[in-house]
Amino acid sequence: MRKEILQIDKIDGPLIILSNIDGVSYGEIIDILVDDKTLRKGKVVRIEKDKVVAEVFEGTSGLSTRNVRVRFTGNPLKIPLSKEILGRTFNGIGEPIDFNSPILSKEKYNINGRPMNPVARVYPRDYINTGISAIDALMTLIRGQKLPIFSGNGLPHNELAVQIVKQAKIRGSEGGNFAIVFGAMGVKHDDADYFIKSFKESGVLERVVMFLNLADDPIIERISTPRCALTAAEYLAFEHNMHILAILTDMTSYCEALREMSAAREEVPSRKGYPGYMYSDLAGIYERAGQINGKGGSITLLPILTMPNDDITHPIPDLTGFITEGQIVLGRELYQRNIYPPVAVLPSLSRLMKDGIGEKYTREDHADVANQIFSSYSKVQEIRDLAQIIGEEDLSEIDRKYLEFGRKFEEEFLSQRKDENRSIEGTLDLAWKLLSILPIEELDRVDPKIAQKYYRR
Amino acid sequence: MHKEGIVTFINGPVVKAENMSLFKVREMVTIGQQRLIGEVISIENDEATIQVYEETEGLKPGETVKSTGSPLSVKLAPGMIGNIFDGIQRPLKRIDEISPDFIPEGIGLLSLDEEKKWEVHILVEEGQYLKQGQVFAHVPETSVITHKLMVPPGIEGKVIFKKENGHYPIREVLIKLEDKTGTVHELNMIQEWPVRTPRPVSKRRAIEELLVTGQRVLDIFFPIAKGGAAAVPGGFGTGKTVIQHQLAKWSNADIIVYIGCGERGNEMTNVLEEFPRLIDPRTQRPIMERTILIANTSNMPVAAREASIYTGITMAEYYRDMGYDVAIMADSTSRWAEALREISGRLEEMPAEEGYPAYLPSRLAEFYERAGVAESLNGETGSITIIGAVSPPGGDFSEPVTESTKRFVSAFLALDRALAYARHYPAINYLISYSAYVDMLSDWYKENVGEDLLDLRAKLLSILQEEKKLMEIVQLVGEDVLPNDQRLILEIARVIKNGFLQQNALHKTDSFVSLEKQYKMVKTIYHLYERAYKCIKLGIPISQIKDEKLFDEIIKIKYTVENDKIELIDKVNDDIDLYFDELEEKYKDNLK
Repeated sequence: MRKEILQIDKIDGPLIILSNIDGVSYGEIIDILVDDKTLRKGKVVRIEKDKVVAEVFEGTSGLSTRNVRVRFTGNPLKIPLSKEILGRTFNGIGEPIDFNSPILSKEKYNINGRPMNPVARVYPRDYINTGISAIDALMTLIRGQKLPIFSGNGLPHNELAVQIVKQAKIRGSEGGNFAIVFGAMGVKHDDADYFIKSFKESGVLERVVMFLNLADDPIIERISTPRCALTAAEYLAFEHNMHILAILTDMTSYCEALREMSAAREEVPSRKGYPGYMYSDLAGIYERAGQINGKGGSITLLPILTMPNDDITHPIPDLTGFITEGQIVLGRELYQRNIYPPVAVLPSLSRLMKDGIGEKYTREDHADVANQIFSSYSKVQEIRDLAQIIGEEDLSEIDRKYLEFGRKFEEEFLSQRKDENRSIEGTLDLAWKLLSILPIEELDRVDPKIAQKYYRR
Repeated sequence: MHKEGIVTFINGPVVKAENMSLFKVREMVTIGQQRLIGEVISIENDEATIQVYEETEGLKPGETVKSTGSPLSVKLAPGMIGNIFDGIQRPLKRIDEISPDFIPEGIGLLSLDEEKKWEVHILVEEGQYLKQGQVFAHVPETSVITHKLMVPPGIEGKVIFKKENGHYPIREVLIKLEDKTGTVHELNMIQEWPVRTPRPVSKRRAIEELLVTGQRVLDIFFPIAKGGAAAVPGGFGTGKTVIQHQLAKWSNADIIVYIGCGERGNEMTNVLEEFPRLIDPRTQRPIMERTILIANTSNMPVAAREASIYTGITMAEYYRDMGYDVAIMADSTSRWAEALREISGRLEEMPAEEGYPAYLPSRLAEFYERAGVAESLNGETGSITIIGAVSPPGGDFSEPVTESTKRFVSAFLALDRALAYARHYPAINYLISYSAYVDMLSDWYKENVGEDLLDLRAKLLSILQEEKKLMEIVQLVGEDVLPNDQRLILEIARVIKNGFLQQNALHKTDSFVSLEKQYKMVKTIYHLYERAYKCIKLGIPISQIKDEKLFDEIIKIKYTVENDKIELIDKVNDDIDLYFDELEEKYKDNLK
């Protein structure tokens, strides 16, 4: 039994400083008993000789230098996991908050995980059919991929995520062996409720593991929330061979919590005040998606972030985009024109798509169709700019065809009902129907043989 | 001497220890019970600051720091090619055998396989006097690379013992040298070399040869020379990694060192799955047989990411010394710079621009200056070409890493988000990219490609520039109001962009294009322009000149003409002549 410390030297924001302590290890968890009543947890973040700096998960309000008993646990933050976690709800440090029994398990798992060895990975190739045309055709989701949704405040990213959860199917797979891990960082109560209600409606609630850190919960727990969620995901995927779809929302709140902690520790800031290690920190989260050789399970990661001021060059979307395998960008202009899902096609991308589509996976024309739509739709944007200046009447005939293509593409292809589940064949046929508005010579990204087979057929 | 320090301070990958006055700066140490690997980066009185290459969670003050006696080094010996290492040269496959799936800390210093036996051909006789750098044996490392065992720098002497030819592990002593002082040096297959010190050469040579990449926009427009340094900056999604992969697959270097520095795990897995299956068009052997991979992915410890760049270039220098042309792809140097920044921040150093340490430019310079063509100590000529990806935040090229890098490279291949959005790949912006190697290589081009190539290149580039200016007008008033000769520029620019600059990395014919075909394509496009321009001058309307079928035929050359059937391009030229001859004939009467 380690001795208890009865005095704190300094309380500064979320940090406490203790002295005359030996035998403490870096990253270890401390228990703080306040007024002999409530228990809080903290983590050692810096050791300087016998002086220790720790952050308190539940925040420091109500702490004084004398009303506490601090005990060192000697262990980093570990959470107990068993298959019982399915259908349960936890807080940001992995404690059950649904008034059910605690998780009993001999095995406890370090929430920081360890980096997956690149030689142990399997390159993801199995395509996931989401039933959403924009995603399936143009930014195909692959099992084991990390594909974030870059959204803005007020845009329907939650609806889109829920639709993906409801409709996601893996072609010709075992089907039943899936689960959803949901991590909420700093989201509003009603947003969390929306997700829970939707999970209930689609009858998957007993397959969902939730880690909730809502907007008014302590910010330090926000840092551990995605780590707990992904530790649970790794456990289910790699010890129970389940296919996991992990949704993390909102990464922007997470990064802001990171910045707040960094400022409290008086670290040298980098861009916009975010800490210099934010890239490594985010990578430690996102890179936990994947598939491992010889294990049946997988983790597909769908983080959601709201771009501050809709700015894709803001550090949060920027660093995220450098780590993740593409991005689904939502556009405010499309949303205002009442197009759902408002997927801004041109900046969106799926890096793993090239190896998961085509003859063996979807259909032979898929890659060409996707390329052609990107290319033609980008031309539509140019012509729209021109039409703004000289007026639509003065455009050449071919330019007007492009405008028609653009309009129909947005209204018929992008736009779909929230419960509309399209097959990949249907999506690709629809794409050909729209591309056939253009003269065949304009389809310069399509193999002539393919064009002949599908054009206006 | 027995040296031991005591840990007093821990902050992430930065650890301080006392009782360290006998340690050296840059010495490699092991820390604590778990024997974490670290490197001393500064010493003040009795206290040293150590950068730790592994996760420090669980480390306690009071744990001991032990010396290894040498600076951070790599083992240079057969077994590197075809292998995949982490940032400090630990083979990832070996780590996976010890601890499956995930990389633990405290696994210790592993390196090359010491049990595998290699076929050795000794090339020297007893009594022969060997100088430093001299080759004393050959080991066929793969079917395409002969590993030449060299006397390490700083050692020379008379051969007093040699092993028979045979199969030996890398630790086996193969020859013994007695130098002038009577000291006997036992040489096995291993050279240990500190990664932060460039290996010595006898002299540097001028750049004079193209690194043929099979990528049209590079080989013709913005070439990279063997021994040169190039930077590929671009925001996310602009295709940096695809370009780096294409270069690793197709460029005509003898050996490729691919450094995945702080990038995605799945991308490295992709390389690992793909390269062994890809066949090198020159040697007809799998590309893996000439490739060394270093993977320190973004979630692996940040200090090892900082070291990975040096580990890679040291291996490259070793093969250069054997006389090979080595090309290094570093993806991405920004992650390396960020690792510097992160460590610098933890050291509480005074930051310069955007939090980067003030020594960022000098570190970048040190790295890029290790590129070059050189004559090694044994008189062989080899080269190192560095192609560094840069990931500027927000795609903004005015940030410190891109700006500093620009000063140390001669080829700058700027990737452009607008081109990437339009799926114009490779998304190299042909208006702001540059390569100073064009001039250095002009003789080479004349001799090996064609007398008029650079001339044609300049003409095509000026068409593209002209198009840019015209497009500004078109944006305002539409295309129809332009005079015919300017509309022709737009049409030809479209042919250059779609038919030449754009290259499909996934297409089996288009992924790699021979220089001969590239040259013929350039000539064909310019021929089209000349014939069309003549017709414009005759007053023939653009609608007649722009024949969809003909233009399309030229754009599709990249797909329809295979690399070994380039004579088919002559037919396209005939078609051009046929079409315009007819057109001129038809209008001769009308215009009179």
